[in-house]
Amino acid sequence: MGIKETALAGTLESSDIQITLSEGSGINIDLDSSVEALYGDQIKKVITDTLNKYGITDAKVKAVDKGALDCVVKARTMAVAQRALGTTEEPNWEVL
Amino acid sequence: MKNNVGREIPDEILNEKGYKTFKSVDIGNPEKQRVAPKVSVSTGDNKVVDSIEDVVKNNVKDGMTISFHHHFREGDFVFNKVMDIIINLGIKDLTLAPSSLTNVMNDKVVEAIKAGTITNITSSGMRGSLGEAVSHGLLKNPVIFRSHGNRARSIEEGEIKIDVAFLGVPNADRLGNANGMNGDAAFGSLGYALMDANYANKVVLLTDNLVDYPNTPASIKQTQVDYVVKVDQVGDPDRIGTGATRFTKNPKDLKIAKMVNDVIIHSPYFKQGFSFQTGSGGAALAVARFLRQSMIDNDIKASFALGGITKPIVDLLEEGLVNKVMDVQDFDKGAAGSMKSNKNQQEIDASWYADPDNKGAMVDQLDVSILSALEIDTDFNVNVMTGSNGVIRGAVGGHQDAATSKMTIISAPLTRGRIATVVPKVSTVVTPGDSIDVLVTEVGIAVNPKRKDLVEAFKQVPGLPLVSIDELQKRAEKIVGKPEEIQYTDRTVALVEYRDGTLVDAIKEIKD
Repeated sequence: MGIKETALAGTLESSDIQITLSEGSGINIDLDSSVEALYGDQIKKVITDTLNKYGITDAKVKAVDKGALDCVVKARTMAVAQRALGTTEEPNWEVL
Repeated sequence: MKNNVGREIPDEILNEKGYKTFKSVDIGNPEKQRVAPKVSVSTGDNKVVDSIEDVVKNNVKDGMTISFHHHFREGDFVFNKVMDIIINLGIKDLTLAPSSLTNVMNDKVVEAIKAGTITNITSSGMRGSLGEAVSHGLLKNPVIFRSHGNRARSIEEGEIKIDVAFLGVPNADRLGNANGMNGDAAFGSLGYALMDANYANKVVLLTDNLVDYPNTPASIKQTQVDYVVKVDQVGDPDRIGTGATRFTKNPKDLKIAKMVNDVIIHSPYFKQGFSFQTGSGGAALAVARFLRQSMIDNDIKASFALGGITKPIVDLLEEGLVNKVMDVQDFDKGAAGSMKSNKNQQEIDASWYADPDNKGAMVDQLDVSILSALEIDTDFNVNVMTGSNGVIRGAVGGHQDAATSKMTIISAPLTRGRIATVVPKVSTVVTPGDSIDVLVTEVGIAVNPKRKDLVEAFKQVPGLPLVSIDELQKRAEKIVGKPEEIQYTDRTVALVEYRDGTLVDAIKEIKD
């Protein structure tokens, strides 16, 4: 699925992650995390897996993480994916 | 070689520096030889000089050990002023041996290391840019971290030989009688600095407040002082201690504090004349509040409160719920300001407070201590020194010392953001698990299984959520996930001594 518009989800509050999704080729994640040394790979995996479930295989991802748990990373990725795809009115329940 | 808390201490460190590995938290009854400082005899009637530079030129030589205290905390003007002069004079190869290093000193220490001025450091701790730099290998020789009690011991036994101590004071007379209680930059107890005043070969006081001779009460005495330097300002009163400490509204802190209080009042130690020490964090301050009500309800009074003192502790003293406050340092303005008017708020030096090689230290008489932790592992070992990324960002402080109490309680949240507090293995052991008795988190209380008596006592109490520390660790991991391991090089950047001077852990350089 193609990205229709650049979208953003999440905040810079502690325990949250802010994700920006824009057009790109392949999944490219630029991650800035307070726990990068400990959970960097895990965060990237959750983002990539979630995007793939939406059929997104080409996207530039900018993620600023403030120690979000996996469930939060996943929720913010879902929100930003649906905003980027213009499908916020028809949530993709199967991804859950 | 592995020590008794399972940490690998490099053999070359043991051989080169003549260190022994940590064996036991039991100090025993050894016989120890103390040392004495050189005295430059003076009979004149004035030690006041205007130039720090002249004092440095005449007294500080390459290779010496210099010291400072950290009672001005984040409001310190003395350290940077003196270090600037020392760096500019091109003096090299100094050992820096302050009671601790606060954030305002970080950049100056880094500068002094880069200039070759400082080549060795021993401190209670370090944070910020300095901790980062040391963890990434800036200093060739490993930093030695010592608790406040261990620093006192090391000075008394000559392991730290201070050539020149630069001690800022908020008042002094022309011969060097001084205290920490009066003046714009008053900070209360001079506890840590009293060691330096007593054992340094040269003692230089810096003050912005010269008062009439003789100045009393004199915590530092004219018998100990070589120079009194008049400076514009020794510290920023607003940054020495925060104002009124706010009572935390954080529900997690409050829950932990209430549970800590439940542990205390249901322990065998909560009786007439008990004693305690709390830290300065939000939860620790809240404990004081809960404890106050429990003491009133049960008509119980404490014989003394010990350690770093805060306003809520002074309030207990003024209310008559605590008989004496034994005060080695003051964390806030309320506690600092009350010392001069409360005769029962006794200034104590670091040796009286916590030196293990003593004819009796206050910590040995302590019933209950409430301490914090960055990490605690399933063997109850506590880390207050390195962050989750392995970087130095803390201080031993009095942690090892106060853990000598009959019941040591660690109060900590199960997780902080995505970082687990209860872990399989701490990144750095500071206080061995053998001296930790109870861990209180917001989801449960774990008692060290070695304390069968406490396990039995708490089992009888309905509503105390007792769990094993393994359960707490698993629960934390379930929430935050399993982190990747931190990568270190083989190089040792810092050593953590136990309070008896044995090595409890070695901190490695971070691999980038």
